[in-house]
Amino acid sequence: MTAMALSIRDLFLSFGGVSALSGVSFDVRPGEIFAIIGPNGAGKSSMLNCISGLYRPQRGTIAFGETPVTGLPPHRRARLGIARSFQNIALFKEMSVVDNILVGRHLHARTRLLSAGFSLPSARISEKAQRAKVDEVVAFLGLGAVRDEPVGTLAYGVQKRVELARALASEPKLLLLDEPMAGMNSGERDDMVRAILETNAAHGVTIVMIEHDMGIVMDISDTVCVLDFGRRIALGSPSEVRDDPHVIKAYLGEEDD
Amino acid sequence: MDFTFLLQLLINGLVVGSIYALVATGFVIIHKSTGALNLAQGEFLMVGAYVCLYAMTTFRLPFAAAFPLTLAFTALLGVLIERVVLRPLLGSPVISVIMVTLGLAGLLRSGLQFFFGTDTRAFPELFPSAPVMLGVVPVSQGYIWSVAGVTVLLTALGLFFRYSRAGLALRATASNQQTALSMGISVKRMFALSWCIAAVVSAIGGVLLGAIRGGIDMSLGHMGLKVLPVVILGGLDSVPGAIVGGLFIGVVENLTGGYLDPLLGGGVKEVVPYIVLVLILMVRPSGLFGRKKVDRV
Repeated sequence: MTAMALSIRDLFLSFGGVSALSGVSFDVRPGEIFAIIGPNGAGKSSMLNCISGLYRPQRGTIAFGETPVTGLPPHRRARLGIARSFQNIALFKEMSVVDNILVGRHLHARTRLLSAGFSLPSARISEKAQRAKVDEVVAFLGLGAVRDEPVGTLAYGVQKRVELARALASEPKLLLLDEPMAGMNSGERDDMVRAILETNAAHGVTIVMIEHDMGIVMDISDTVCVLDFGRRIALGSPSEVRDDPHVIKAYLGEEDD
Repeated sequence: MDFTFLLQLLINGLVVGSIYALVATGFVIIHKSTGALNLAQGEFLMVGAYVCLYAMTTFRLPFAAAFPLTLAFTALLGVLIERVVLRPLLGSPVISVIMVTLGLAGLLRSGLQFFFGTDTRAFPELFPSAPVMLGVVPVSQGYIWSVAGVTVLLTALGLFFRYSRAGLALRATASNQQTALSMGISVKRMFALSWCIAAVVSAIGGVLLGAIRGGIDMSLGHMGLKVLPVVILGGLDSVPGAIVGGLFIGVVENLTGGYLDPLLGGGVKEVVPYIVLVLILMVRPSGLFGRKKVDRV
């Protein structure tokens, strides 16, 4: 058996007395699209924040491939190959599209501070390579027309695409997407779905995504994990999950006896 | 009042203003990336001036050696201060951080007094004393070198922020710390870097000021206070604002000093920057180039 892309074991997270996650476990296989769904407040974003390292769970372990990452700060996890987008767009608003994506390349430029500061030849070659990769991502997501615009001025759907571009620029092994389709019109959704599928297929990137659009989730996911009140109530293929009585109960409420 | 006098005042104002701009830039860099206001900025400037003086007089080093040494020393000091004093305060309210920088200012100032005493110390002559004629106005060579130095430095800083990877990471950190972390940027290192840059640019300002004044004493630290009107005018988070604000305050200060001081019996020059500060706060609290916080909810 090959190693899992991501192994979550018995995760507990609480804020004060309120528990956001209580004992959640699951595995994500390499190369799959793994969706986390659940009603509002189910702990989906908390889960993503635990994986990317912005939250530190009180108990439980997270392993990325064979590497335990539970205690690592977010920037170290990013360096291992975990990239993410945020539910509320978290771009560097006053910076241009290209600069935002370049930040995603940040961890690939191995030049040291001093050589970059003095613009030594080694730093400049690396800079050129960075720009080339950025151009590739810009083309991939069709952002050429807005590449030098400050991100804050762009339409919502475009900003979402920039965020994905920035995450892709880091050439991640694992991509965490927090509601990538939220607030988009149907044309923008189609574009985003295509971008996600292509990223997954062409680059072999494992994707863990939170999404509310059930149609899309059922269409593109390999595995669906359902959370409710911080607990995992179902896990399986889209069709398994769709027919699960716990899931129906969580979404539709319980019938009166 | 003749035209030459006006030009002279303008030139003096621009020279001093360029140094204000430099020190204010350090202040803005720290504020942008860490959110803190560094009230010890003037003390960084003093440290720079005194360390350079010490290296040149006590160790008899030539300026070409003393200056890099000063920069290295202050860079180290900046990093050390971030590490020892500010990092433990990560996550504390901004007001605590500001208070700590005030304490830091007292500490640095006392340290300098302890080592160097409170007497005015003559600063070694770095530039030939013969003035150069700029049209009709004689301008001391120190002024010219100083303005040239500041211009080069600010341009270099601008390029650094615009094009270098570390500059990009600094801008990202300033824009959104959590997101920067998720991009693999070590925010702590960026904090250290901004303190380092702030300390170094202030130290350069101190050396230049020492050189053009000819002597330094504890009053040099007042420059740190002058930075406040400059950055309030320019906008707390704007480097171009710091530059424009610095030049403006320098010029206004010298013009009022030249024209109003003789009429009103002196002291106007010292007050004017703070009058500007109050006016700006009343009319445009975010400054000329400052970012107004508008959040899309």
